[in-house]
Amino acid sequence: MTVTMTTDPAGRRRPGRTARRWLLAAAVLALTAMVLLPVAIIVFTAFKPTAEINAFPPTLVPASWTLENFTRIFTDLPFARLFLNSFLFAGGVTLFALTFDSLAAYALARLDFRGNRLLLIAIVASLMIPFQATLIPVYQLVAQLGWVNTFAGLIIPRAADAFGIFFLRQFFVSLPRDLDNAARIDGAGEFRVFRSIILPNAVPALLTLAIFTFVNNWNDLLWPLVFTTTPDMGTITSGLTLLTGPSGIIPYGTMMAGCLIAVLPLAVMFLIMQRRFIESVATTGLK
Amino acid sequence: MTSPTRVRTPYRAPAPLGGRPSNRRALPARALLFMLPALVVLLAFVFWPMASALRLSFTNASGFGIEEWVGFDNYAKIFTDHRILATLGNTALYTSMFTPTALIVALALALLLNNRLLVARGFFRTALFLPFIISLAVAAFAWTYLLDPQVGLLTYWLRTVGVQIGNVLQDPILAMPTVVAVAIWKNFGFYMVVFIAGLQEIPESLYEAAKIDGAGPWRRFTNVTLPQLGNTLAFVVVFAMIAALQAFDQIYVMTGGGPYRSTQSVVMELYQDGFKKLDLGLASALSYVLLAATLLLSLIQFRFFGRREKDTL
Repeated sequence: MTVTMTTDPAGRRRPGRTARRWLLAAAVLALTAMVLLPVAIIVFTAFKPTAEINAFPPTLVPASWTLENFTRIFTDLPFARLFLNSFLFAGGVTLFALTFDSLAAYALARLDFRGNRLLLIAIVASLMIPFQATLIPVYQLVAQLGWVNTFAGLIIPRAADAFGIFFLRQFFVSLPRDLDNAARIDGAGEFRVFRSIILPNAVPALLTLAIFTFVNNWNDLLWPLVFTTTPDMGTITSGLTLLTGPSGIIPYGTMMAGCLIAVLPLAVMFLIMQRRFIESVATTGLK
Repeated sequence: MTSPTRVRTPYRAPAPLGGRPSNRRALPARALLFMLPALVVLLAFVFWPMASALRLSFTNASGFGIEEWVGFDNYAKIFTDHRILATLGNTALYTSMFTPTALIVALALALLLNNRLLVARGFFRTALFLPFIISLAVAAFAWTYLLDPQVGLLTYWLRTVGVQIGNVLQDPILAMPTVVAVAIWKNFGFYMVVFIAGLQEIPESLYEAAKIDGAGPWRRFTNVTLPQLGNTLAFVVVFAMIAALQAFDQIYVMTGGGPYRSTQSVVMELYQDGFKKLDLGLASALSYVLLAATLLLSLIQFRFFGRREKDTL
């Protein structure tokens, strides 16, 4: 491919093509460096001693590296607890939502019953409701159930998700029908068809949805801010906001160490699964 | 499972190609069992709260049990109180700054990354997508540090090249563009990847035909790329506008709505009225204003995607 690109139809090498290649690469590299500056500042500042953070002129790379910010974030905040909370919250929502969504999606995609279409339309319509619009009644309900400051309060309201149901339903519909009919001939019941035929064939879709759900909830701020009132029950994102003192003075070193830890699990996940990540985004736009 | 009455799930003729589900008369009860967990959650935490928010929006509920029907008072307040009216204006301003800028940045980078001359396109795509996985709150912390008037690296670098930006987050004029910039920084990678996918769907032959007709790069862009991107463009515009209407995280972290409420957004106001001042009626009315705006944009999206949705539903 590169050969055909560097030669014109007559087969001669085009002068200036290599130069343009380098220029383009340099330009995009410079842009990328600019875009990643905030990421770099998080990483480098997290390892900087306080004296260097407050020194003038400011620098990007630490002259001496330290772990003091990481030890301080664990003493200034119940950080291990916050991390665990984030993990249980995002993981719990993902687990529940995937189970409930796939069950509902199966019924909508594979079972023909009265009201199927109506239910589907109601679910698709609810996609347009921003969650902020229902936040207050949801909070009242959670409060009545005594679930404020509990994992139930954080997780259960999000245990099913209209987008997930619709997304999985679209995928299930596309699976060949011969698969489940063959299983039914062999005497499998509906749940068996769902569990042994549909789910294993839908792993790519389930994984995509799992990534989306986990990342969105891990990163969410408003939801944990509303449903938790004690620092002990907060998540990393909501917990970090507590570091900003009443005077507006922010301990940047500790803050950046916290930010780095908040980003790390997602960054690792992203680097391992970057192709799927990026493809899943690309398909949301096209489907 | 092992009962001999297995005939209850008899073989049903396969549907014609691309047709309806095969087991036509599946018992509603069985389908309901599959739907039940999701339905309970959606009914309790989406559909019922919607109705409840509508009712609350006509009351002066405070969360302490006493609530009176006040008719359209809350809505009237939203559209007459200049402080709240300003939050609607701020959100509109935010949306009108965010959407076109995010779109242009994303499209420009998508075009650059789609250029066959570029080496390591996969690497750049990954690197530029990275901000999208970082939470808006964390991004906001990092930017706050970069823009700190005393120790901020960006402030310092700009000063060395002669640009004095001062304390942007305390500047009534610059605070808004700053929180918008942070949102663009975080989200453009998402739109960029969607654009790249759209660009790759455009048949190469169209460009070759245009070249033969003597169209330069700009003509090829306006006459081939843009029209062919139609659907993708519509999706990104609507998606970006809806995201902008819900701006909260970066504002909460960076400015708290200030200075002088210059960055106060609808969701920020909703959060403060509902959860700090406990004026549930007003906050619910605000949530319905937000819902109306989102609905309007979604309807526009449905007009663009109408045919495709019908195909798949």
